[in-house]
Amino acid sequence: MSHLHGIHVPHRKNTAESAPVRMPSPKTAFYPVTQHIGAPAKPVVKAGDEVFVGTMIAEAGGFVSSPIYSGVSGKVKKIDSTLQAGGAFVPTVVIESDGLGTPDPSIAPPEVSDFDSFIEAVRNSGVVGLGGAGFPTAVKLGVKDLSKIEYVVINGAECEPYLTGDTRTMIDRADDMAEGIELIRKYLGVKRFIIGIEKNKPQCIAKMRELCSEHEGVSVMPLPSVYPQGGEKVLIYHTTGRVVKEGKLPMDAGVIVINVTTLAAIASYIRTGMPLVEKCITVDGSAVKEPKNVIAPIGTPVCDVFEFAGGFSQEPAKVLYGGPMMGISVADMNAPVLKQTNGLIALNEKDARPPKITNCIRCGRCTNTCPFGLAPVAIAAALNEDNMEELYRQRANLCMECGCCSFVCPAKRPLVQQNKLAKAKLMPWLKEQAAKKEEKK
Amino acid sequence: MKKLNISVSPHIRSAVSTSGIMLDVIIAMLPALVASIWLFGFRALYITAVCVLSCILGELIFELITKRDLTITDLSAVVTGMLLAFNLPVDIPEWQAIVGSLIAIVVVKQLFGGIGYNFVNPALAARVAMLLSFQSTLSSYVPPRSAEAVDLNSFATPLVHLSKGEMSELPTLSQMLVGERAGSLGETCAIALIIGFVYLLVRRVITWHIPVIYVGTVFGLYLIIGGDLNAAVYQVLSGGLLLGAIFMATDYVTSPPTAWGKVIFALGCGLITFAIRYWGTYPEGVSFSILFMNILTPYISKLTAHKPFGAVKEAA
Repeated sequence: MSHLHGIHVPHRKNTAESAPVRMPSPKTAFYPVTQHIGAPAKPVVKAGDEVFVGTMIAEAGGFVSSPIYSGVSGKVKKIDSTLQAGGAFVPTVVIESDGLGTPDPSIAPPEVSDFDSFIEAVRNSGVVGLGGAGFPTAVKLGVKDLSKIEYVVINGAECEPYLTGDTRTMIDRADDMAEGIELIRKYLGVKRFIIGIEKNKPQCIAKMRELCSEHEGVSVMPLPSVYPQGGEKVLIYHTTGRVVKEGKLPMDAGVIVINVTTLAAIASYIRTGMPLVEKCITVDGSAVKEPKNVIAPIGTPVCDVFEFAGGFSQEPAKVLYGGPMMGISVADMNAPVLKQTNGLIALNEKDARPPKITNCIRCGRCTNTCPFGLAPVAIAAALNEDNMEELYRQRANLCMECGCCSFVCPAKRPLVQQNKLAKAKLMPWLKEQAAKKEEKK
Repeated sequence: MKKLNISVSPHIRSAVSTSGIMLDVIIAMLPALVASIWLFGFRALYITAVCVLSCILGELIFELITKRDLTITDLSAVVTGMLLAFNLPVDIPEWQAIVGSLIAIVVVKQLFGGIGYNFVNPALAARVAMLLSFQSTLSSYVPPRSAEAVDLNSFATPLVHLSKGEMSELPTLSQMLVGERAGSLGETCAIALIIGFVYLLVRRVITWHIPVIYVGTVFGLYLIIGGDLNAAVYQVLSGGLLLGAIFMATDYVTSPPTAWGKVIFALGCGLITFAIRYWGTYPEGVSFSILFMNILTPYISKLTAHKPFGAVKEAA
């Protein structure tokens, strides 16, 4: 089997040895209702309500959605509207913390006896894809035709520079992971589990091999440290040799992919009944004084996390949710830690400076490093002409926005940005075309 | 509080830049430049300097007049100037070298939109324009100063001897390797050019495909159709084949990006070079073959584009 293309990014895993430190509750916590892919959650609290750690503050807003729980104890101050990193104003539950972190007294382990109650529990846990994508895990695991699923691929690739939260999960929470594997085995009936880990994490590979020796049907697959090894379709191909076809889901290829931290979070909820209320976050970057892993309550403003971690060595000029390859830059320091936040990277002025864009020299680096063999330059040209047929011919819709093309471009062209724009234009057009086809029938 | 920068991912970039790539190409051409000074004297350096300066000034003045961004710091004009000089005989009058440089930079490169938009290699197109305009200068070559023979015959390049079948007149193979033969100032020293090739490979500026397949095709065709190993070896070392295959045919802008595209491109270059040299009236065909394949490049690129991973025919 051939390997998909990719790039060598600097690893900068400075915090791999840093056991996470739990930080105290912030004074004020913010909970925007969009912390997952799908319908926004609906607030179920109002100003003045008393909440505890683990109290539901917003319920799932649809099938593809997820409830949100408070990470602090205290009083609801207001339901505000705040600007989120995506560029939209979003309803946000603001909670004034009492600093005590009192757990909700009603919390109890859920009763799980079969597939349906397991999926219901996962839905109630508030767990979404914690690798960064935030797809509701209950939807992912709630497969209609279980007989199709042959593999569960456990994603421990953690290919983004800086981030080590998943590394720490594999080292510190192997027991939770083992429990998670047994739960999926029991309720989904899947027999084969593959843990994919990049070779730059030998300590994780060793730890997971220990786990394998105690659990049947689980194997570790060390993978080359080539970004984006942890991309879902890339990982599926490299661990099982299967190709997720255009327009299909991993389950159509007989595979479920689940991130290591997501897996551990499910097990932890089923055991304790405490939903997802805190996250292990890698605090690093050129402006950070002491890189370290911090366990922060979800909703904590990022400035509080940086302050707890030891502050800045230089003035931060750019702050990212997540790693530098696919992370999202936040607009201000009061932006909260979200469910999907796995890193807070602060870059100094020099690293945050946008590069000068020059003419494309047609070197071909973008198309030769694209894991999916797309041609970003051709996509950009088609986008420029608004040529939807050509955008589709170039399969702009398949782009996973990993950023390899922009990373390698010697002319520093914003190739991923153009791909994103192309996708945004192409997707509705494709739907329209499909609808027209249906009409003809 | 100070405002934070907002931008789309990725937030880190590789260290590779256009000017870095051009600098690598310049470094890769230095062995050949040193060899040309050793072979043809300091006039080789002088002509190279004239071409480089003309290219830089031509680009600068054009961009000032047209109010475009100044691009001379990307070093691409330096590369074009050096390449053009390497393709000229050492005794060319300065004014002809200047005219050629301006054709390369202003007509072929800038008028089509500057770096990245030229549809043929600027240095090569200029060389061919000069070949037609200054025929007497560009078809006669002085021998390297180390050559002893001074009779008229020694002014002919090995390719002329080869096409006439005058095998006894040819320099020895070792002379061919170090470049002690008549020819353009940067094309003769095979060893220096190959050192440059290895450097470009190590620095990952180019891949092996185009140079190896181009040269291999010419060699193979001479071996099969010509049936003469000796002639095949001389063909590879003669004319501008190595210079063209390593430095001109590998130009990013005018060659296909994918591996298979490069293979087809190089096969075409080899085939046409062989056809011109073997059957044609011109002794040399490297320039024409690369220019021709430059023009075909958009089509080759389209035909050899990667198949998107997981793509389904007409999924919509």
